[in-house]
Amino acid sequence: MIRRKLEENFFRVLMVLATIAVAGSFFLIVGTIFYKGVPFMNWDMITKIPGGGFYIGKEGGVLNAIIGSLYVAGGATILGLLVSIPVAIYINMYLSGKNFIVNSLRIIFDVLFGIPSIVYGAFGFLIMVYFGIRASLLGGILAVTLLVIPILVRTLDEVIRTVPRELRDASLSLGATRWEMSKVILRQIRPGIFTAILLSFGRGIGDVASVLFTAGFSDNIPTSLHQPAATLPLAIFFQLGSPVEEVQGRAYASALILTIVVLIITVLSSVLSKRFSKNSI
Amino acid sequence: MTNNPHISVQHLNVNIGDNPILKDITINIPNKKVISIIGPSGCGKTTLLKSFNRLLDDTADVKITGKVLVDGEDIYDPKAEVTHIRKKMGLLSQRPYPLPMSIYDNVAYGPRIHGTRKKADLDEIVETQLKATGLWNEVKDRLHAPATRLSIGQQQRLCLARGLAVEPEIILGDESTSALDPVSTSIIEDLFIKLKEKYTIVLVTHILRQARRVSDYIIFVYMGKVIEFGLTEELLLNPQEELTKEYVKGFIS
Amino acid sequence: MLVLTLASVSIVILIGVGLYYKSIPVLHKLSWGTLLTSSQWKPLKGLFGFFPFIMGTLWVTAISIIIALPLCLLTSFYITEYAPSRIRKILVPFVNLLSGIPPVIFGVWGVLFIIPLIQNHIAPHFVEFSTGYSVLAGGIVLAVMIFPLIVSIVCEVLNTIPKELKDASLALGATKWETIRKVSIRKASPGIIAAVVLAISRAFGETIAVLMVCGNNAVVPHSVFDPGYPLPALIANNYGEMLSIPMYESALMFAALLLFIIIFLFNIISRIILIRVERRLAA
Repeated sequence: MIRRKLEENFFRVLMVLATIAVAGSFFLIVGTIFYKGVPFMNWDMITKIPGGGFYIGKEGGVLNAIIGSLYVAGGATILGLLVSIPVAIYINMYLSGKNFIVNSLRIIFDVLFGIPSIVYGAFGFLIMVYFGIRASLLGGILAVTLLVIPILVRTLDEVIRTVPRELRDASLSLGATRWEMSKVILRQIRPGIFTAILLSFGRGIGDVASVLFTAGFSDNIPTSLHQPAATLPLAIFFQLGSPVEEVQGRAYASALILTIVVLIITVLSSVLSKRFSKNSI
Repeated sequence: MTNNPHISVQHLNVNIGDNPILKDITINIPNKKVISIIGPSGCGKTTLLKSFNRLLDDTADVKITGKVLVDGEDIYDPKAEVTHIRKKMGLLSQRPYPLPMSIYDNVAYGPRIHGTRKKADLDEIVETQLKATGLWNEVKDRLHAPATRLSIGQQQRLCLARGLAVEPEIILGDESTSALDPVSTSIIEDLFIKLKEKYTIVLVTHILRQARRVSDYIIFVYMGKVIEFGLTEELLLNPQEELTKEYVKGFIS
Repeated sequence: MLVLTLASVSIVILIGVGLYYKSIPVLHKLSWGTLLTSSQWKPLKGLFGFFPFIMGTLWVTAISIIIALPLCLLTSFYITEYAPSRIRKILVPFVNLLSGIPPVIFGVWGVLFIIPLIQNHIAPHFVEFSTGYSVLAGGIVLAVMIFPLIVSIVCEVLNTIPKELKDASLALGATKWETIRKVSIRKASPGIIAAVVLAISRAFGETIAVLMVCGNNAVVPHSVFDPGYPLPALIANNYGEMLSIPMYESALMFAALLLFIIIFLFNIISRIILIRVERRLAA
């Protein structure tokens, strides 16, 4: 009996330690980023573009990357929504009853969800080459859109599924067409759509591998779709290894900005999804 | 009534969150008899039963005051050893819950945990208890098949055998035949009658006919309080309290 | 709508076909066997042996699973069975926040924290010299990245185990830990396996974080302190040069194709397992 109690207590201690390691790693990571990034954060950093070349230039900030990331993530999210909302509605409204097809489609989108971003980057690159597009804002948006579509479809699908069947059936039996019903559903799940937008934006803004081949990099803020665009993740990636301290500092600051943005998005989206599930029946 | 009760409940109060579930329960469970707890749904019967083997401990927001003495020792004493207490009680739930293992392993689970390791000993225990619950002939050729392949009636008897294997003193049954067909039900009822020679049996049931058939004593619980306690025939045919009269009146035919 | 759906779905096929198409040149020159087992990586000479990269990927993934699985299982047990609800409410959000952090941030953390840790505090106990850039670093960083994935799936699976089943074990006098060990794990094992398979597929494909810390040396690692060069890192690092050297682009596309196929398979397997588990437990 004592042995059994000892065994349980031993594992209990292990469990607590493991939990601290797992949950605590969050603090470790964010803490390191803050520790390194805060010294380099100043007003200039956010409002200026790098001077003298991003790899060795000592002046300026990371505005190029901030704006570039916003363009890429924003553009990709919008494009992605244009594709994924119809798809999610189609799967749920027009294909009900054909369970085999619906389930297979869901599995396919799950698989697409699991494909690493580098494959999307490589594939995006292939498409760009095929169409003669250079590494540019357009290319970046393309690749990130591909990355983001499965995320949107999956989230929207889950959200639509929470709408009770009876609600759908009741409206249909009143004589509404499926299209009119879809519009009603969309309005109902608006918070869910926001969550999906946040999630995909968060993913799009932080991902490296998809923009690596496709968006290029530049010191400047792109003024047209065909110009290369800097992004925060690439700004970190390229400048981290620089021997010049100020350049490294830009990398740390970019990391800090990115982390803060993403954390805000994550918190917002989980708050939204909790509120959303409270409202639904 | 008997002196030297097996279980003695003294001023037991159980609150879950803000809701008082059991209010100042004081009752004595006599030794080696079958006692049925009856009453309308939701009035605390199962909670009373689960307070006997401290399965309430894990319920969220639960507050328990009072004493429950088993063989004279308060099981809610902070120094008491929970697993030791639970070993004294066998629990049969409303639906059978066979553990995800073979028939043999189900019965051997308890003894193994409590230290029995030798195969010969375990074999003997398994056989004895399966015979005691009338399962032996039905399963002796497939002892190592998964327990989930049995029918519900067989599964419930397996759970009984499993509970008996740890040599408890008390058997607790929580509406343990409500998921079973009539044949399996009567098999289990017969088992209870036979087992009271060795064990004290406390059953929760809402089937008055079953209570009458099987038990020596009946406790009537209503809204968290014990309304009446007495010998089966007396309580059912000649209840003292108004509430009891109301509850059993449809039954007397 | 139908068109868009079909179009999205066909992305999978397009990716596979496109990558394969681009890999054909290198497949013409060298057989599948050579590509997969040779260690000679000399693009200028047209030699493309992917073995070191496959091994690099395997090493990093294996290390990450070895680290993450026990930690995550223990954490999940604690969260579902032992933690008081106040603590649980605080813990879970932090584990989830981990999943939102972009990989490149993990990479930065790896460079700033893990590399010096290995170089100065861990490696000296074992080897002569290490820069810290190693498959171990890659494995640790990856492990932290997949923590939230494993924890969330395992917790979900554990929560579907009926309380009465655990009560049945407790009623026999078992301790909570014995109940977890003998009943819960058995009941949850398909879900745990699915979580591991999903985590593996995530780890396989993770590019940036690993790239930043694993040394990028095209040799087969022989110890955890050796540098490695996983497949995704190969693709990411060399995209610039691939246009200038013939066959290089094709070879890199082949690498992407390999990755795609492996992850595709892992994903499907784990999704199917998960669906079966849900169905079984719900029934």
